[in-house]
Amino acid sequence: MEKSPLIKVKAFFFSIFAGLDRQLGLILLGLAAVGFFTFLSASQNTPVQIADELRNLALSFAVMWIVSRIPPKWLEMGAVWIYGLGVALLIAVAAFGLIKKGARRWLNIGVVIQPSEIMKIAMPLMLAWYFQKREGIQKSWDYGVAAIILAIPVFLIARQPDLGTALLVFAAGLYVIILAGLPWKWILPFVGLGVVGILLIIIFGSTICAHDVVWPFVHNYQKHRICTLLDPTSDPLGKGFHTIQSMIAIGSGGFFGKGWFQGTQAHLEFIPEKHTDFVFAVFSEEFGLLGNLVLLALFFSLIKRGLAISASAPNLFTRLLGAAVTLIFFTYAFVNIGMVSGLLPVVGVPLPFISYGGTALVTLGFGAGILMSIHRHRRLVQS
Amino acid sequence: MVSFKKPDLDSFQERIHIATLFVTFCFLLLVTRLVWLQLVSHGKYALLAESNRIALVPAPANRGLLIDRNGIVIGRNYSALTLDVNAEEVKGNVDQLISDLSEIIDISPRDRRNFKRSLEDSRNMGTFPLRSMLNEAETARFMANRYRFPGVEIRARSFREYPYNELASHLIGYIGRVSQKDKERMQAEIEGAKADDPDALQASFLPGIQYVGKIGLEQSYETVLRGVPGYDQVEITAGGKPVRTLSSAPSVPGKNVVLSVDIKLQYLVEQLYGNFRGAFVAIEPETGDVLAFVSKPNFNPNDFVEGIDSVTWKELNDSPQKPLYNRPLKGIYPPGSTYKPFMALAALENKKRTPSQTISDPGYFDFGNHTFRDDKKGGHGIVDMQKSIVESCDTYYYMLARDMGVNMMHDFMKPLGFGQITGIDLQGEARGVLPSTEWKKNTFKKPEQQKWYEGETISLGIGQGYNAFTILQLAHAMANVANNGVVMKPHLVKAIEDPFTRNRVLTTPKESYRIDLNAENIEVIKKAMLEVNVSGTSAAAFKGTGYQVGGKTGTAQVFSLNSKEYKHGSTAEFLRDHALYIAFAPADKPTIVIAMVVENAGFGAQYAAPIARKALDFYIEGKWPKEIPEWKRAP
Repeated sequence: MEKSPLIKVKAFFFSIFAGLDRQLGLILLGLAAVGFFTFLSASQNTPVQIADELRNLALSFAVMWIVSRIPPKWLEMGAVWIYGLGVALLIAVAAFGLIKKGARRWLNIGVVIQPSEIMKIAMPLMLAWYFQKREGIQKSWDYGVAAIILAIPVFLIARQPDLGTALLVFAAGLYVIILAGLPWKWILPFVGLGVVGILLIIIFGSTICAHDVVWPFVHNYQKHRICTLLDPTSDPLGKGFHTIQSMIAIGSGGFFGKGWFQGTQAHLEFIPEKHTDFVFAVFSEEFGLLGNLVLLALFFSLIKRGLAISASAPNLFTRLLGAAVTLIFFTYAFVNIGMVSGLLPVVGVPLPFISYGGTALVTLGFGAGILMSIHRHRRLVQS
Repeated sequence: MVSFKKPDLDSFQERIHIATLFVTFCFLLLVTRLVWLQLVSHGKYALLAESNRIALVPAPANRGLLIDRNGIVIGRNYSALTLDVNAEEVKGNVDQLISDLSEIIDISPRDRRNFKRSLEDSRNMGTFPLRSMLNEAETARFMANRYRFPGVEIRARSFREYPYNELASHLIGYIGRVSQKDKERMQAEIEGAKADDPDALQASFLPGIQYVGKIGLEQSYETVLRGVPGYDQVEITAGGKPVRTLSSAPSVPGKNVVLSVDIKLQYLVEQLYGNFRGAFVAIEPETGDVLAFVSKPNFNPNDFVEGIDSVTWKELNDSPQKPLYNRPLKGIYPPGSTYKPFMALAALENKKRTPSQTISDPGYFDFGNHTFRDDKKGGHGIVDMQKSIVESCDTYYYMLARDMGVNMMHDFMKPLGFGQITGIDLQGEARGVLPSTEWKKNTFKKPEQQKWYEGETISLGIGQGYNAFTILQLAHAMANVANNGVVMKPHLVKAIEDPFTRNRVLTTPKESYRIDLNAENIEVIKKAMLEVNVSGTSAAAFKGTGYQVGGKTGTAQVFSLNSKEYKHGSTAEFLRDHALYIAFAPADKPTIVIAMVVENAGFGAQYAAPIARKALDFYIEGKWPKEIPEWKRAP
């Protein structure tokens, strides 16, 4: 007897989604849905097409699906090559990259690419590979090697200059190193220094932000950016404008929000980059604190799930890689929301799966694919 | 399972736990931040978002009409298409923009000048008309090319229009674009407005007003005429682009101002003056209504509305005729012999003369080592009070002045309004000079100048010397006597009219005060003045009137307008005597009094009285002189 078409389709879907982590998949679908609906509102009156957003989302999920099929072993084998290729491209950028808006970040190889994006995945891959290699025979100087592996691309990216990406790549690598067992006695002093530094800035903000005070090691515009964060009203029409306007958007949203498509701040063009980096302001204004709590819950469960997958991963490489990828998601979300809500300085970081932008979605899909792959191949390895 | 080493896993699990704690902490930080923004500070940010998106765009109110006492509109509005340029969007490239625009629309050098001046005056704020009265072809051409000119648009705008052009220009005044000074004054008005004052809202939209009254009634009744500006609540983008109108508060049109002036009488008098310069004020004594308020020559107030061009401005300003000078309000003249009836009344009231008491006039009067001459050689002979007025005998008044002294004259003339601000509803009234010893002491600096000399008293009696009054004051004094001592404040506006209901609220003031004058004494003066027009100096001008009219001629030596020197080239003409005349009619119950001067014309009887006669004939009997073009109502 012939099987009915419905059963055939069902079987096809089962085969497609076999082994994918259902929980992770649902969370990502939820985020993508939030992203899509927010995009519809945010992109109104802008030339960005809905079709593009749909294509990007589809592409992201396709990449995720493909990567989820790749055994972690392959990634482990390719790690050095991907890292090497990334560094080579970064050197090429430094030598003959394209300059746009005063930064040398792009490379024209037929299509224009931004090699620093590759490093976001290549860095945790490489370090996870390294620590896997050194598993069991790990020595203190291994952290020195890891630091060098980390420092080279971060230095190259920071020099472009692209401080935001450099920090993200640095964070991605740092997660691996810390999770690999970097001794607490080395970590805690830095944490302490950071906390003290932040407290000092908050307390003495107005003094050190005085016009004639020059900060060591920091460009004037970077000082300006931090100072603007401390007091956005100090430059309401300049650097502070974006932060003030997005804070107004968020704050005016209230508990229930103004309703879908009803955000005045967004629709009257007060929010910059409203469908990319500042999309959270649009979402906040229209869906309020209620919507934000749902969104944060989604992100939180994404991270919880990612960490859970990593915790039960079969070997050090997959554990480190999975956890690092998960924490990159976290970093993106935290830095983005922190910046849009005026908690952190403005750096160009997208909100995972919500912000419009093909490259970021593909990178994120790749990351999610890695987690899927780790989950999928867990039982196979263990059994 | 090879790679599963227990210690490593524990260490990793431990770090995953720490990471989870760290992540949780960070998320709680975000939640706290969002609660702070969206719950605690929600009110503040909601308000900020509101003020962000809403701009109030003022909508000027229709200006009230100016209507004469018989309902003839002399100041009105019309709507026309204008090419408006937003100064902020142009940003300096004015010349380029204008030359681009002039390819499709005719822009005259005058338009260009006016536009650039408006830009400078207003320090590049707001929208300014570059060309008004666009025709259909120009409108169509512009609309087709509109995309090339951001910040330029066609709008229907309301314009002020004075349909009779020069007529009554000095009393109407004109409106003009708000200047920086006007803005500052309005700002003060806003700050002065109290919160509970219903007019405070109006005041808060003053910055949206683009035109204000500059002089004349347009200026003095500005707050009545302008109405309450409305405003649209417009949603705007961060770039200030309007998106949609949320709500609008309609403007309340200004109220109509109903003049006490009879514009036909005004027209007739202006015509009668022809090319002569001068001032003419007619007042209804019982009410203080100013019936005519003429200043010749005049100017066209329409030239000023959209900014006067420099050529016309220079012409008006440099003309020795001083067409911009409001003569009845600001011009001060010696009253000459028109002062004599008032002197006579002073003599009666102060018991310095009786009507029948006579003097003998040899034709001159010696005082100290100076001889004061009478204009009639050989003198007027035996002169009583009536004859002194009818024949205008100077000697009688030289002696009277000597007998009264300067301060007694001052004290009598002051309540009549001589040398005093009448309080008419126009700004910039001149006070003139009513001399007294006190006045001289206060006016001059050097001690020898401060002393009053007896000889200076004598010529005051015939309206010369330090005497210097406005024609308005002279008319006012005449009205006060005609009104038997009841002083009514002269005013050009008698009522404020609601533009919808047509309800009128009278503004006519009550009497200012009452001068205690003896009715019999007034009768003596009136009788003498009636005789002036029967057998006296102006008898010829008033031959055959169907009503009884009292008058007095005057011829004043030139003492110049506002004591300014005239240009050398025109000196001869400008040194001629001024012809003055005062009158009241009809005799039993005067409905009109007149005071007038025809500058540098010569004898009052010859040049001023005939004008007064024709004006009175029209006002009292409706007779229109043949030689004057008929009054045509503006379409």
